Amino acid sequence: MKICVSPAVRVGISISIATGLYGISFGALSVTSGLDFWQTMALSLLLFSGGSQFAFIGVVAGGGSGIAAMSAATLLGMRNGIYGMQLNALLQPRGWRRYVAAQVTIDESTATSTGQADPAEQRRGFWTAGIGIYVLWNLFTAVGALAGSGLGDPKQWGLDGAAVAAFLALLWPRLKGFEPAAIAVACALATVLAVPFVPAGVPILIAALVAAVIGWFSHGRSDEGLEPDVDPYQEHQGHGGTREADS
Amino acid sequence: MNLWFWLLLACILAYAWKVMGYLVPAKLLEDPRMSRVAGTMTIGLLASLTIVNTVASGQALAADARLGALAAAAVALAFRAPFLLVVIIGAATAALLRLIGWN
Repeated sequence: MKICVSPAVRVGISISIATGLYGISFGALSVTSGLDFWQTMALSLLLFSGGSQFAFIGVVAGGGSGIAAMSAATLLGMRNGIYGMQLNALLQPRGWRRYVAAQVTIDESTATSTGQADPAEQRRGFWTAGIGIYVLWNLFTAVGALAGSGLGDPKQWGLDGAAVAAFLALLWPRLKGFEPAAIAVACALATVLAVPFVPAGVPILIAALVAAVIGWFSHGRSDEGLEPDVDPYQEHQGHGGTREADS
Repeated sequence: MNLWFWLLLACILAYAWKVMGYLVPAKLLEDPRMSRVAGTMTIGLLASLTIVNTVASGQALAADARLGALAAAAVALAFRAPFLLVVIIGAATAALLRLIGWN
């Protein structure tokens, strides 16, 4: 029963439910972007990184090529490599566990784990969030994909507006302070300027290049934008420890 | 089938990034520049994807109901709405604006 009262497990479960649920929006947007059910499921089962998955379907929806979609998704996945380094140092998984841990290394599992101080809690938080999100995200992707394919004209339901909102919601938590906001504005501007001149999908890669150059030459904090896009512990702040245990 | 090829390649490369973090000796990747670039690129790509999905239609720029969705989503996020609610508000705003005639 010790597992049940572990704070890391509790946070891991609540973040799993919250994140898993928005798999519905990914599934629905993916099939209305032109991917079929199994392509949608392949992204959630195999790629399994929310930002990259949304990037892939976002490029396809805008008429971009497969190679542009793949490039945008891959560049966005680079941060998972950095998370992997941090988690490898913290958790030191051995043998086959390493390869499973790698697949569930995403923003949310990293944030849940690194938010704990005790190594055993870090491990429990990582695995609870990682496995929990993996299962629920795939389940709700399937629900969304099945529901989305019955919707008819996606524009009538405002699903293109849903995609805009989803990307802004992924970006928003990373805009802490002046520099990240300035980078976002510069990249948005570069994108708008590039749209009329290059094929669909390419403006996103130009923006990635602009961002990479800024990152290479700037002397800002080395983890700018790398704080995972969720703060699983924010709702627990301001509550007394005992009240939290009651809820 | 062509899309399947790029899709599966994206899956392989995504896993390659993740595994690399666990397998490559940390010393090789300690360069703070690496993680800074990963961070700024994440911001840049998400900003670009947001704006592309708002104003691009193919290779043309368009001001339509999606701008309303962007504004509504920003307001919802400022009020700390959860992800799924933000997405629903974005969809509802675009759908409503179209209903009253703004494409």
